[in-house]
Amino acid sequence: GARLGPQGGCAPPAADNRLKTTKYTLLSFVPKNLFEQFHRLANVYFVLIALLNFAPAVSAFQPGLALAPVLFILAVTALKDLWEDYSRRRSDLAINHRGCLVFSREEKKYVHRFWKEIHVGDFVHLRCNEIIPADILLLSSSDPDGLCHIETANLDGETNLKRRQVVRGFSELVSEFNPLTFTSVIECEKPNNDLSRFRGCIIHSSGQRAGLHKENLLLRGCTIRNTEAVVGIVIYAGHETKALLNNSGPRYKRSQLERQMNCDVLWCVLLLICMSLFSAVGHGLWVRRYQEKKALFDVPESDGSSLSPVTAAVYSFLTMIIVLQVLIPISLYVSIEIVKVCQVYFINQDIDLYDEETDSQLQCRALNITEDLGQIQYIFSDKTGTLTENKMVFRRCTVSGVEYSHDANAQRLARYQEADSEEEEVVPKGGSWSQRGSIGSHQSVRIVHRTQSTKSQRRSGSRAEAKRASMLSRHTAFSSPMEKDITPDPKLLEKVSECDRCLALSRHQEQPLAHLSPELSDVFDFFIALTVCNAVVVTSPDQPRQKVRVRFELKSPVKTIEDFLRRFTPSRLTSVCSSTGGLAASKPSHKSGPSFLSSLSSDSVFLKLEERLSQPTPSIASNGYSSQAESWAPEQKPEPGQERELRYEAESPDEAALVYAARAYSCALVDRLPDQVSVELPHLGRLTFELLHTLGFDSIRKRMSVVIRHPLTDEINVYTKGADSVVMDLLLPCSSEEARGRHQKKIRSKTQSFLNLYAMEGLRTLCIAKRVLSKEEYACWLQGHLEAESSLDNREELLFQSALRLETNLHLLGATGIEDRLQDGVPETISKLRQAGLQIWVLTGDKQETAVNIAHACKLLDHDEEIITLNAESPEACAALLEQCLQYAQSRAPHSTPEKTEGNVSVGLFPLCSASKSPVSGPSLSLVIDGRSLAYALEKNLEDKFLFLAKQCRSVLCCRSTPLQKSMVVKLVRSKLKAMTLAIGDGANDVSMIQVADVGVGISGQEGMQAVMASDFAVPKFRYLERLLIVHGHWCYSRLANMVLYFFYKNTMFVGLLFWFQFYCGFSASAMIDQWYLIFFNLLFSSLPQLVTGVLDKDVSADVLLLEPQLYKSGQKMEEYRPRAFWLNMVDAAFQSLICFFIPYLAYYDSDVDVFTWGTPITAIALLTFLLHLGIETKTWTWLNWMACGFSILLFLVVALIYNSACSTCYPPSNPYWTMQTLLGDPVFYLICLVTPVTALLPRLFFKALQGSLFPTQLQLGRQLAKKCHKSPKTPKDTFAQGHLPREPKTELSRGSTGNPSESPSRDCALHTSPHMQQPPACSPKASGEPSAVDTSMPLRENNLLESPGSSTAGEAVSGECPRDHQRKRLGTSQAVPLSSLFSLPNLSSLGCVSSLSLVSGLGSVLRFSRSSLHVDKRDSEFLSNPPQPEPDLSGLQRQTAEYL
Amino acid sequence: MATNYDVKADVYSKPLCAPKGTANTRRPNNTAFKQQRLPAWKPILTASTMMPSFFIVGLIFIPIGIGILVTSNNIQETEIDYTGTEASSPCNKCLSPVVTPCICTINFTLKEAFKGNVYMYYGLSNFYQNHRHYVKSRDDSQLSGNTKALLNPSRECEPYRRNEDKPIAPCGAIANSVFNDTLELFWIANESDPTPIPIPLKKKGIVWWTDKNVKFRNPPGKGSLEERFNGTTKPPSWHKPVYMLDSEDDNNGFINEDFIVWMRTAALPTFRKLYRRIDRKNDSQPTLPAGQYYLNITYNYPVHSFHGRKRMVLSTISWMGGKNSFLGIAYITVGSISFLLGVAISSLYCLRALLSYISFSTWRPRMPLKRS
Repeated sequence: GARLGPQGGCAPPAADNRLKTTKYTLLSFVPKNLFEQFHRLANVYFVLIALLNFAPAVSAFQPGLALAPVLFILAVTALKDLWEDYSRRRSDLAINHRGCLVFSREEKKYVHRFWKEIHVGDFVHLRCNEIIPADILLLSSSDPDGLCHIETANLDGETNLKRRQVVRGFSELVSEFNPLTFTSVIECEKPNNDLSRFRGCIIHSSGQRAGLHKENLLLRGCTIRNTEAVVGIVIYAGHETKALLNNSGPRYKRSQLERQMNCDVLWCVLLLICMSLFSAVGHGLWVRRYQEKKALFDVPESDGSSLSPVTAAVYSFLTMIIVLQVLIPISLYVSIEIVKVCQVYFINQDIDLYDEETDSQLQCRALNITEDLGQIQYIFSDKTGTLTENKMVFRRCTVSGVEYSHDANAQRLARYQEADSEEEEVVPKGGSWSQRGSIGSHQSVRIVHRTQSTKSQRRSGSRAEAKRASMLSRHTAFSSPMEKDITPDPKLLEKVSECDRCLALSRHQEQPLAHLSPELSDVFDFFIALTVCNAVVVTSPDQPRQKVRVRFELKSPVKTIEDFLRRFTPSRLTSVCSSTGGLAASKPSHKSGPSFLSSLSSDSVFLKLEERLSQPTPSIASNGYSSQAESWAPEQKPEPGQERELRYEAESPDEAALVYAARAYSCALVDRLPDQVSVELPHLGRLTFELLHTLGFDSIRKRMSVVIRHPLTDEINVYTKGADSVVMDLLLPCSSEEARGRHQKKIRSKTQSFLNLYAMEGLRTLCIAKRVLSKEEYACWLQGHLEAESSLDNREELLFQSALRLETNLHLLGATGIEDRLQDGVPETISKLRQAGLQIWVLTGDKQETAVNIAHACKLLDHDEEIITLNAESPEACAALLEQCLQYAQSRAPHSTPEKTEGNVSVGLFPLCSASKSPVSGPSLSLVIDGRSLAYALEKNLEDKFLFLAKQCRSVLCCRSTPLQKSMVVKLVRSKLKAMTLAIGDGANDVSMIQVADVGVGISGQEGMQAVMASDFAVPKFRYLERLLIVHGHWCYSRLANMVLYFFYKNTMFVGLLFWFQFYCGFSASAMIDQWYLIFFNLLFSSLPQLVTGVLDKDVSADVLLLEPQLYKSGQKMEEYRPRAFWLNMVDAAFQSLICFFIPYLAYYDSDVDVFTWGTPITAIALLTFLLHLGIETKTWTWLNWMACGFSILLFLVVALIYNSACSTCYPPSNPYWTMQTLLGDPVFYLICLVTPVTALLPRLFFKALQGSLFPTQLQLGRQLAKKCHKSPKTPKDTFAQGHLPREPKTELSRGSTGNPSESPSRDCALHTSPHMQQPPACSPKASGEPSAVDTSMPLRENNLLESPGSSTAGEAVSGECPRDHQRKRLGTSQAVPLSSLFSLPNLSSLGCVSSLSLVSGLGSVLRFSRSSLHVDKRDSEFLSNPPQPEPDLSGLQRQTAEYL
Repeated sequence: MATNYDVKADVYSKPLCAPKGTANTRRPNNTAFKQQRLPAWKPILTASTMMPSFFIVGLIFIPIGIGILVTSNNIQETEIDYTGTEASSPCNKCLSPVVTPCICTINFTLKEAFKGNVYMYYGLSNFYQNHRHYVKSRDDSQLSGNTKALLNPSRECEPYRRNEDKPIAPCGAIANSVFNDTLELFWIANESDPTPIPIPLKKKGIVWWTDKNVKFRNPPGKGSLEERFNGTTKPPSWHKPVYMLDSEDDNNGFINEDFIVWMRTAALPTFRKLYRRIDRKNDSQPTLPAGQYYLNITYNYPVHSFHGRKRMVLSTISWMGGKNSFLGIAYITVGSISFLLGVAISSLYCLRALLSYISFSTWRPRMPLKRS
């Protein structure tokens, strides 16, 4: 590790803080940039070809000219790089020239320096709201407790304040920290990018070592908050800071389309070689034929000799490669980059992806995989924060086996929901919560001096309320009024106040808690645990605190060993001493002082501990509690009776929710210091708990604990809060003999059943438990823990072990249920995405029941779905279960379902919803798998089976999965199924998954920025995924696919012209097209229109895409750009080039035309053909398209005219002087320019038209639909009814001679509007019923056409026939269902559950379960059977069905 | 916004163009362009929409084609092959290189009188003037009278760049292979009088104006043309130097029109080049009356070695140039095909509509079952 010397310098030359992100300097730009550009193979290829041109024997063009396009491309890229580098340089400069106060040894004071002048080892003085310039070790703080708050939003986006602590040994300094007296040596690890870790130690001159942790480090880029001033020493500077090491810049991925395209480029290379070879052989033969005949046109070599045919062929081959190089599109790569940048621009600009609440729009962080968005097949989604809002709301709790349902609270939440959904601007003024909330936040905003100030609280748009709430939550992390103001359950409130009263009366007695009944004591402990067991930071308006030296700490006795250690560490002594005597004095003090602790020898610790613990407790109690209560009392006086506004800033939203819940029960957390927590109760007043230890939450343990000394009992208590599955296993085993044990057992089973109930409701459950430690136990544990803490290596593991030792034998207090509300529009989005053919897998760390219920809530699981649950205890069991499930899945797949009626009923009712289902299978399967089974299933031998099973399932839900498992699942699907995957998540635990997936999407929500930083796209909410994929993804894919195809077509066609000419010029690699046209044709004349089309073309409008998500499937199946399309395209190109060559050939056969006067019309023809071809491919013609096409033609004409008149003797060999001018006077020129493109494109147009009306693809149908609906009146609800009539004459007209007054065009519209109306939010069923009464037949039928692509494949004479038959079948089955079955759906499905139980045959727990039956783990002996409650949505469905019938 | 961290993030996360107008929000501008809502014409390629265009193409092209065809057919043209490879041909004797100069005469009859200006071409077949090496083998600056290039021709002219240490003027393979047959036309006014009347052939006005006046210039200088070309030598296959191509000064040297015509390299191996013009004398008299003609050929140009052919062509021209019926036929063909495609597509469309109507009506009665 690095080592900082005592003088602040360090062994290697100290790194400075200069930021340099630029890649180039003025001198190095050209070579370095060229070097980088030549990493791209295409550039090398083109340069090689251009260089080949310099060899006289093979030169086809003027050598300089041949270099031009390559240089042009290189220059454009270089300019782009230069501009980027320049903007980086500017931002570097701005950052480097920020100022801060640095201690100068010469002047012995802090002086102003630029950031770039800071070196490692400098002492930096920072004030409130300053930005930290480097990674700094905190040595001194104006805060009385040696604390410093920083805001890390710049680093990780988390808005809550983080607490940092002065290095142990410096915190107790009485006087101002003086850098001159700093003599310690700091050892730290090498710079790394782990933001959450820092290890090192500080060695004081006395030889004492003290560990350094991340709590001591101020990270570059963070902002100092709530602290007047801090001083620190720079540990890492410049590029060694963690912030910069984390900065990896934008990601470069290669999209699938690009991979495919590269493959086709290789085909083109092959084609090029073939053409050249053919030509070379031809030339060889030609030379052999004419050489000895002394042909007049045979030009010998310069020495008069003739080339042998073979040599001539070889030369011809090389020349042909040069001439035909256009086949490899040099501008393709540049054009694609341009198009992608524009696509990204438009995605960024889409107002429908803008989230008003958070004032953020979609960010594209990866610039070059936009088209991958249109090909996604699998979505892997996180649950918490992605599907849900991650705004935790306390819903209900159970304490000591008694459930408190918090009905009032539920009603309150319902009210919010209503207000939310009604989208009203009304701000309930009377409501106390809003007043308080807003005032409070404004106050705090002002007081905390946050620079970014409140966003203008515009109330204009909809949902002003929600917006306001979220704006508040920007300042107070995770707390909207909704979360803050919990309505307490009256029963529980009463109990709490009873406790409070009791304790207040008896608090001076020996055992105050003993007076309470066990239940009440549990209640009391429960709330204490809620309040204390967390890492919530309390900030209150009286900020920042001044450094008051006369604090109770000096009067109060030693509180903990830590405290003790801290106060008497040598470093402090040294600094105290050195202020008077310098270094010499520190040594004796080290020896004489109580520094035996510094060695941390276990004996002495233990000894001291014993000593300390044996102190009489009452005195501590009085000191710890009462004295403080008194000392703090005066501060509170100014606002008597009035509730002090406290803001809680938590690291996770659940914590805040729980603390707010406790506050609602008057058990308010009022202050938290590193070593103490104060809780205020109405009667008891302020209780100060000494915080002995905090064992933070981690995802492995799934719990957190605090060790406190209880001020009332003076016992050492451990409060643990954690996932129920973990905590329930750690409980103290209770014997069933004694009554107390039995009681406990009963409580536990009750609690467990309530937990199941919560989980069923989709609540997040947490168990609260407590453990009372004897002093001996604690001392024993502490000893081990301190050892673990101070060990440098393997510290994490040791700490983990230590935590395990503490968190056992717990006493269960109760459990809480927290609601994680679904984000807006999640169910709709999921159903749309599913219609789009996307498989959605949810990978969550949550428990199974919660996950399943959330999945139901967001319609990921359907009520009529069979759910396969895979919970295995061992690999063998897992294998067997998989096998069984597979068999089951396969057995039910083929025979399709007369008996499985429920599914078909819903099919009949919601034709659109069923569209994504394959029509043959009945109710679809879903797979739920837990983390452990997933681990087994992901092993090599089982992964194939698992995947196969998962493929059969409509949705897959992985619960309790670790981040690693998440990424493994994604990797598996990606590599084995060769599918395009998208991972979406919001938290740090999703990062690995996001990185593994083809497309990573981060939710720029509440849990920091790690996910966003790792992602390719960042969306504000889950629901924006729908538009991002279905609209923009589709567009991007289709645009790019068409553009790439067009590129290949264009180049092949152009090269074809040259190739055909070889047959008439002796394969001599001659070109009739002037070399300038040849070289600049792609770059100048024909590039703009295709760019415009590539950027702006919309094959189907956004509305239709959203209405008919199944159109997305075209991208998944790569319909637009598949090998067949590529080769068809090439064949068409060959045909067109034949036409474009031979019409001019025949027209000018045996005439006096010269080579280039003949070649120029061919160029013009080619240009016109390209434009017309593009015209056929372009689906939307905006004025930009017209302009671009006009511009292309005009540019060609102008360039040709100028070029042909510029110089009469230049540009050999063509010397095109006055050619164009002459041509423009020649009517034949116009005549062939008219007939040739038309002829060339006639077949394409014909087949397109034929296919468009006989075998239309989904997209074409969508386009037709859009057109028809567009013409009808605007309001969607009336589309059908009104739109029917005005459309009629139009269709008549267009049908021309047919005179058939029926269906097709009008049908499209009808059918697509009515499904739209069936969408729940759009309008009531009544409204949808009316239009369908007009012509009910239409929707289903057309829907069929749309949904089954198989029916529209070629070879089928009449498209309407087949699907209709199929429809008839479906109708038949739905007809067969007795209507009553609709209403007995729950019963039916529970029957299904029973019947499926027999399938299990005892091997673990494979259950299909449905809405009403809850799967219960085998572990739990009790099976809780809940009466099937009609779920709100289920009843809604029934209502709806009733309406229909 | 402290670190580079954010600066970078900004570069890539902010919209490329910062939203204007609405202060303080990142809300994108709601403009038609940015929201991709530009008004657009959205053609849909279906039978019904494309049917008219097929018919329209047909309806436009067929008349044009007929017009062109008529024009082309009105052009009078006659072609005399005088390669002489056939034993019967009068020019057969000239195939052997021994006979120099070789003059052969071919008679032919014009059945119709040629009215209007008549153009006399020589046509070559299987002559690859478009060969890459051949096309390049010239020096345009020498031809434009550049004195420097005159004495030091471009390397492109190799191996016809220098001869016996003298620069060749004009250099290059194209110039070297210039067509050097002489064609003369005689008309036998009446059978009785066998004296052929020579037809006046104009050798000027057969090139582009720009070629004669801009591109091709003789070397500047006061003296005679011979002096101006001093220091150069003739191309190896030429019989006389470039300054002796013609007696008239404005048709001599580089600006000799026969030479200029030759230097415009033909596009295809079968080509014709304008040789002479026969201007119409007055309206009453045909330029070339019907009757017997003699073609006198001074046979110099060897083409039989590479199976080439030589022709003499007499042709009148129309507004669209020489006789070429292809374009007219092409227009008519494409027009008819288009029309036929239109018919096909509409009949298919009708058929489909009919079929779907039938199946629709059979299917219809089932519908009420569904919603009942």
